[in-house]
Amino acid sequence: MRHLLTTAGLRRETVTALLDTAEALKQALLGRQVRKLPTLRGRTVVTLFYESSTRTRASFEIAGKWMSADVVNVPAGGSSVAKGESLRDTALTLTAMGADCVVIRHPASGAAHRLAGWVPTHVVNAGDGTHQHPTQALLDAATLRERLGTLNGRTVTIVGDVLHSRVARSNIELLITLGARVHLVAPPTLLPWGVQNWGSGPHREEWEEHSRPVTVGHDLDAALPGTDAVMMLRVQAERMHGGFFPSTREYSVSYGLTEARLGLLPEHAVVLHPGPMRRGMEIAHSVADSPRAVITDQVRNGVHVRMAVLYHLLAAQEEQA
Amino acid sequence: MRRPFLLRGIRPYGAGDPVDLLVRDGVIAELGTGLDGTGAEVLDGGGLVALPGLVDLHAHLREPGREDAETIATGSAAAALGGYTAVFAMANTDPVADTAVVVEHVYRRGREVGLVDVHPVGAVSSGLRGERLAELGAMAASVAAVRMFSDDGMCVHDSLLMRRALEYTRGLGGVIAQHAEDPRLTAGAQAHEGEIAARLGLAGWPAAAEESIVARDCLLARDAAAALHVCHVSTAGTVEVLRWAKERGIRVSAEVTPHHLLLTDERLAGYDPVNKVNPPLRTAADTRALRAALAEGIVDCVATDHAPHAAQDKDCEWSAARPGMLGLQTALSVVMATMVRPGLLDWRGVARVMSERPARIGGATEQGRPIAVGQPATVVLVDPDATWTVRGATLASLADNTPYEGMELPGRVVATLLRGEITTEDGKVQR
Repeated sequence: MRHLLTTAGLRRETVTALLDTAEALKQALLGRQVRKLPTLRGRTVVTLFYESSTRTRASFEIAGKWMSADVVNVPAGGSSVAKGESLRDTALTLTAMGADCVVIRHPASGAAHRLAGWVPTHVVNAGDGTHQHPTQALLDAATLRERLGTLNGRTVTIVGDVLHSRVARSNIELLITLGARVHLVAPPTLLPWGVQNWGSGPHREEWEEHSRPVTVGHDLDAALPGTDAVMMLRVQAERMHGGFFPSTREYSVSYGLTEARLGLLPEHAVVLHPGPMRRGMEIAHSVADSPRAVITDQVRNGVHVRMAVLYHLLAAQEEQA
Repeated sequence: MRRPFLLRGIRPYGAGDPVDLLVRDGVIAELGTGLDGTGAEVLDGGGLVALPGLVDLHAHLREPGREDAETIATGSAAAALGGYTAVFAMANTDPVADTAVVVEHVYRRGREVGLVDVHPVGAVSSGLRGERLAELGAMAASVAAVRMFSDDGMCVHDSLLMRRALEYTRGLGGVIAQHAEDPRLTAGAQAHEGEIAARLGLAGWPAAAEESIVARDCLLARDAAAALHVCHVSTAGTVEVLRWAKERGIRVSAEVTPHHLLLTDERLAGYDPVNKVNPPLRTAADTRALRAALAEGIVDCVATDHAPHAAQDKDCEWSAARPGMLGLQTALSVVMATMVRPGLLDWRGVARVMSERPARIGGATEQGRPIAVGQPATVVLVDPDATWTVRGATLASLADNTPYEGMELPGRVVATLLRGEITTEDGKVQR
């Protein structure tokens, strides 16, 4: 693996290897006072963030540091980017300084793909526009695997603004690859065109014997009893004023995960949220803090998954070579 | 005027046995077999197909304003090398071609370069702002004699302004060329609204944004008894609207670009902005419908929407890139690949959609004339059996944003004649 740009087209073996590595790293660090592995000593990881982010950037930084990489954070607001430098020039500059891996977040869909074509370094997509956020899907998969054992044959319900969500796109592709069924619940205004036809991952043929891997509905109450995990998407403020739904109240009533709705889930089912949460909007305060919610597990696993990604990109290849 | 010359053994419209064509004083003086070449320069036509010089109703020559991407000189060269003898230069320059001063400047630069007739298109609205009419009458009365008006790049979306524009140009004997795009439906749009854009996270440009404007404009043209031309038709649905309008005798014409005949949104996967264009590349079903409509005449003609862009405007992330692609030097070959080779058009049909109809729609009376005695020797010679590989860096345009990079395309322009003057020969500009 040279880059991690998207979960689309990732092979199941690749995903499993990444998740196994993340699990091994987690076990290796468990209970340690000094959480530092020498694996990436002398390697330089640059995080290049064109959007503000707390958790993802910090998570990559911690992941790099726990493996002894030198991590340099370049917030786009405070750099030459503010002076009008192009993404290409910024990337080439950072590469010339010796970056081994660029972790990029950018508001334009496809920015990470473009970057990978310009620079000789490894590229990790930490979120590009409304396209992909592959490490989020990987950490979600790690969390689900922990809680549910396997994803094969499980049903994951994703609720909310799928249209503008890179988290949803990454998860749909990855969950299908891992053999799960994905049920999307959203108002029709917040669903991508033709999303019911998705699922052209490398294992699509296995699915077509049974049914489509992606189904769509608009009734959350009806969906919950048959789901093994429910993933609540954040409703972004700009969407609330974009006319995609009449009011936040109506949205919350129709698509919010309330205490009552939590009761509709099977006992083993878990609740995920990629954060940052808007309590009281898409998820009730008490639900977010309930034992069914695995939101802090997601954050914890995020570090290990990102360690695994950096390891597979920067170290594993050398060992093979 | 150069001395008379004789083209030996050419095949007008690619039909029948080869004939000789004698050019004297810029006019086709004789046409027949075994013509006497005494006193004339003799060129061996070798069975090449002869067509009336091609006419492009839709090109962006970027001058004035973006001479780093294209100039009237380089755009004219690209056009002549592509077999064109007339080009309509769109108004979205800087300054906008919305006054007699600017259109006359463009017209005069075109004459100075002299490779093709450059017909400036006048803006419909002042500054392309879509608020009030530009001085259409002054542009029509200018030396440039503007007959086609367009805010291309922007849609004349205000219904009342569009109605007034249609009515007003009727009095000028002109035509409004509409870039049909409802701006509300395409706010932030990046690619054809479909499964591919949805998966790529690119905001969708719905077909209805084009079709609804075309439908509205056809009704406005009907009521105003005015001439409407629809730029770059890109969807199967627009074809159906046009069919409806034409069946009712509404004065509507339409163009399709070579790229909408050949390319689809399948090309978007790598996010290479060379594939970014407005209207966007659509689906394979749309390209099929457009090819059929062009063959049938529902879509009247091919126009390139030649849109050069400086490298930095394409070598960036998708959403930051400017929409548009080069087209003048590749149009004929793409039409061969999509229309001639599959048997949808013969060479007479190519002459119709790339020369005769566009000349008529644009009011270029000296262009798109028959290959016949007494007519201007404005002709292109094509080798239909040749193939060539497109390389953006070797095209005459200053920019190199061709979506056909590395593609092998059929057909080669061997020579282009404008009123008896050879403008290009064997891929080289002759002046």
